[in-house]
Amino acid sequence: MPGPEGTAAATAARRPAAWDLPPVAANLFTTADGTPRLIGSACRACGTLAFPQQQSCPRCCGEDVTAALLPPEGTLWSWTVQRFAPKSPPYAGGEAGFSPFAVGYVALPGGIAVQGRLTGTDAPGGYRIGMAMRLVLEPFLRQDGTTVAGYAFAPAPGDSDQPAGRGQVAGDGPAAGPDDGSVAS
Amino acid sequence: MSPGSLAIVGAGIHPFGRNEGVSGLQMGVAAARAALADAGISWADVQFAVGGSDSAGKPDTMVSRLGLTGLPFTNVINGCATGGASLVTARAAIAAGQHEIGLVVGFDKHPRGAFDPRPEDWGLGAWYGDLGLMVTTQYFGIKIQRYMHDHAITSASLARVAAKAFRNGERNPAAWRRKPLTDEEILASPMVADPLTQYMFCSPSAGAVALVVCRPELAARFPAPPVYVRAVSMRSRRFGSFEVFSPSMPVTRGPSPSQEAAQAAYAEAGIGPGEFDVVQVQDTEAGAELMHLAECGLCEHGAQEELMRTGATELGGAMPVNTDGGCIASGEPIGASGLRQVHETVLQLRGQAGDRQVDGARTGFTHVYGAPGVSACAVLSR
Repeated sequence: MPGPEGTAAATAARRPAAWDLPPVAANLFTTADGTPRLIGSACRACGTLAFPQQQSCPRCCGEDVTAALLPPEGTLWSWTVQRFAPKSPPYAGGEAGFSPFAVGYVALPGGIAVQGRLTGTDAPGGYRIGMAMRLVLEPFLRQDGTTVAGYAFAPAPGDSDQPAGRGQVAGDGPAAGPDDGSVAS
Repeated sequence: MSPGSLAIVGAGIHPFGRNEGVSGLQMGVAAARAALADAGISWADVQFAVGGSDSAGKPDTMVSRLGLTGLPFTNVINGCATGGASLVTARAAIAAGQHEIGLVVGFDKHPRGAFDPRPEDWGLGAWYGDLGLMVTTQYFGIKIQRYMHDHAITSASLARVAAKAFRNGERNPAAWRRKPLTDEEILASPMVADPLTQYMFCSPSAGAVALVVCRPELAARFPAPPVYVRAVSMRSRRFGSFEVFSPSMPVTRGPSPSQEAAQAAYAEAGIGPGEFDVVQVQDTEAGAELMHLAECGLCEHGAQEELMRTGATELGGAMPVNTDGGCIASGEPIGASGLRQVHETVLQLRGQAGDRQVDGARTGFTHVYGAPGVSACAVLSR
């Protein structure tokens, strides 16, 4: 699922299907202004941003906070690859058909870094600290058969420098959990 | 050095491992009995107890096995820092003059595979777990990936940490993973959370540790050489610390709870980095050991590469670290790990650590770290 690209007109013409899926949770993101945006909160006293929206400020603990749409583009702070299927619950995706996926933090203007899945590369290890990233919505298949929209970050169109990461060492097949195939004792 | 406000006069451990067929509570009782025997006292002599377990039941229920003496028994639960928090709690009771002799116990038992915490228990929406973000191994991979980028640490150093853990574990009868592995085998094991491979991670396991503690003035009454707790400290996270289960965080970094807990312990004890004969730090995975050494001020950020290359943290090195094999060789029973570090330090300072003894060890430091950003440290001496 490619992320939205190009001009607003082109985006409208190629409105990604994920935008019309029910969101994985309410009040997490919006496409109301024609591009996906995360919904965070901003402290009116000290300006600190938080995601998801919360009722008090994580920095000054003030309770005068307001909803704020976070900037949709930033740079990759760090990342890893989830090589094994997380346990369900809490993971809604299940073990069947699991493919490793990347996870990271993207530093956005305004001093906040947001955690999310990473997408938009050929291999889950194809990321680099500092690369330009942008928010996208993508379909997420739950093991109950329903599909919802989740958010993720994909390399921004301007960032063509995408060296293969060392994450490909283990391949993209089913990966062992940290406790499978124990060290013999 | 301050005289200290707590003495450890008994130590017991139930070996760590999968321990099929034995409940966490049974392990806790076994460790408690071992600690009591080591101290030469009976359960009836114990005036108060502090117990920790995350997933294996309520510690105070062990009174039905040890004896219904009516003593106050406080349960502690602070993630992987539970053992450290238990020691802090016991020290407070004795320093306040409430009691003179107590038992500190920690045990746990976890299912195979990675932990599966529920987002709701951590103040997070179900969506966080739905999308596959509620996984501790991701945090460790992300944190060390950035650290390696910032401080020029290599995967070779990560492998050396894990190889050291298995070598030390081979010398520890209470450890779980006791087969040495080469750096190459560790690097070639399946990738779990890039750049961390399977054998760089600890695994959830089972085990128990207990300590008999008393007012320092009473220590001479007990048969074993006393070990004094010169300082204990505990800190939770501040704004700007990068912690597990964080959907967002500030870009500007602040001090970590490990950094602040360590500094508080050094200030209380009057001794600090460079003065410890033996060191135990939380090694949830190989990168955590390297990062925690620096966060605790035991080396400069980036100096770990040289420390690992020269073997400085090995048994026989200038600063032996995780001499019992740490979490990597012992596994992680959440309620027991912090006390395992203290147990190992007690053995080292008594000169009872067998094949892994650090010659003439007189001072030790322990550091435990847990979700969602809790650290507890202790300074111990003969």
